[in-house]
Amino acid sequence: MTRVLVVGAGPAGIRAAERLVRAGLRPIVVDEGARAGGQIYRRPPEGFSRPPEKLYGSEAGKARALHAVFDAMVASGQVDHRPQASVHAIRDGVAHVGAQRIAHDRLILATGATDRLVPVEGWQRAGVFTLGAAQIALKAQGVAIGRRIVLAGSGPLLTLVATQLLAAGAGVAAVLDTATLAQQAGGGGGMALARPAVTARGLAMRARLGRLYHAGVRLDRIAEDAVHWRDAKGQAQVTPCDAVALGWHLRAETQLADLAGARFAWSDTWAQWLPVADPMGRAGPGLYLAGDGLRILGADSAETAGALAANACLNDLGTATPDTPRLLRRARRMHRFAAAMAQAFPWPGVPLDALPDTAVLCRCEGITVGQMRAAADHGGAEANRVKSLGRIGMGRCQGRYCQLAAADLIARHAGLAPQAVGRLRGQPPARPVPIDALLED
Amino acid sequence: MTGQLVRLAETDRAPVAFRLDGRDMTGLQGDTVLTAILTGADSLRPAEFGPERRAGFCLMGACQDCWIWAEDGVRLRACSTPLAPGMRLLSEAPDGWPA
Ligand code: FES
Repeated sequence: MTRVLVVGAGPAGIRAAERLVRAGLRPIVVDEGARAGGQIYRRPPEGFSRPPEKLYGSEAGKARALHAVFDAMVASGQVDHRPQASVHAIRDGVAHVGAQRIAHDRLILATGATDRLVPVEGWQRAGVFTLGAAQIALKAQGVAIGRRIVLAGSGPLLTLVATQLLAAGAGVAAVLDTATLAQQAGGGGGMALARPAVTARGLAMRARLGRLYHAGVRLDRIAEDAVHWRDAKGQAQVTPCDAVALGWHLRAETQLADLAGARFAWSDTWAQWLPVADPMGRAGPGLYLAGDGLRILGADSAETAGALAANACLNDLGTATPDTPRLLRRARRMHRFAAAMAQAFPWPGVPLDALPDTAVLCRCEGITVGQMRAAADHGGAEANRVKSLGRIGMGRCQGRYCQLAAADLIARHAGLAPQAVGRLRGQPPARPVPIDALLED
Repeated sequence: MTGQLVRLAETDRAPVAFRLDGRDMTGLQGDTVLTAILTGADSLRPAEFGPERRAGFCLMGACQDCWIWAEDGVRLRACSTPLAPGMRLLSEAPDGWPA
């Protein structure tokens, strides 16, 4: 039987596995979570009692359906589920998972996304988290990240997490959106055309935030017990707080796609390097990508993309999939919505110029903006050269949280477009691993 | 002592005792090590490359900001390690261990 490996058990990975099982295959599904669901439909550990309606709100039905499909496949032995496991390298058709080696004929990567971060002076402090972290803390553990929380950044998660925290009884001090109302209106029209109901839900959430919400904000710094910022008129403001959650939409998790041989192209829409794939997700021989790890399209779209990637895999194995045209139509509509959303909540490049040399750029190793600018002066404006000179992108997070900002800073420093400084190449391990897992290599 | 994290729901789970830096602490069954520590303390560990302390960042296993240690020298990622009864944890590497 053809060995298909699926990495990731979020909406994309679950729908991909479901199709493969229906076609008579028994995929291996490696996932970092203890229970399938991914980040957006993440489940609390056993013993927690809040129902899906409380955890996922309007999306509870989708969460329930995905969890049920996957749990049934695991219970009946139709998938080989490897939970709490990370793929840290892929080479010659073999995935390295800790000390294990998983040989496969076809690979479907549904690796999702992490928050996209912009450095803010003081963001290395304890008590500063990502927006995704604030949501995970609430959903999976029933805790708020602090008593007086400032949420800052931009994108759909900003409003969503703020609303969820308020509903759970958390203290939210302010919601600071760096996107201006004009930018949001520019993208909002396209969003409403493509998905009117989802757009209306977002606007209703925003209304619930009332006076806590500020648009067109600039963040100055995060101090010990307050966030210093400027409102849309440029007035200095200080909001006392004991926790901060930051995020500017999402960044596709592409390291494994890189290691598996995908090609990359710069995307102006999402302001990041993204893997190149055909409309069904084919990214190379026997390599398929789906979900936010390919394009930041969100959870609904990830389900469609997972189904399409599995269809592509099945087609390449000689099995017909009559519903592909319907799925492709749906995928195109989702894509229009997400592109408009990326326009509504853009990467806030300009404030990077104002970052002082003393601000920390790499949270892992405390490398400052000044050190990075010096490395670019010395070695030239090329991302991989600055990386080896300045260790940017070499810390324990493997550049996940600094590389987009670093590339943009280098570009701005040199007066180039961000894509002109090149792309940081992925290198194994994609996650730190105990040394004995690598010894037999 | 107040913690960085505040419990808002699911508080009727069974208590689980553990130690951090020799101090007795209590979490709840189903907590991650990070939740258990940060509901009673304001950080996990000192930063290696700066004067500040650290308390995790992503909570999804991607940033590696939350690595702490067990007394027997094993390093663990606090945000994705379930709390177990009797864990003996350290916020810094035990003597003689490379960070
Ligand atoms: S907090 Fe990021 S890996 Fe644990």
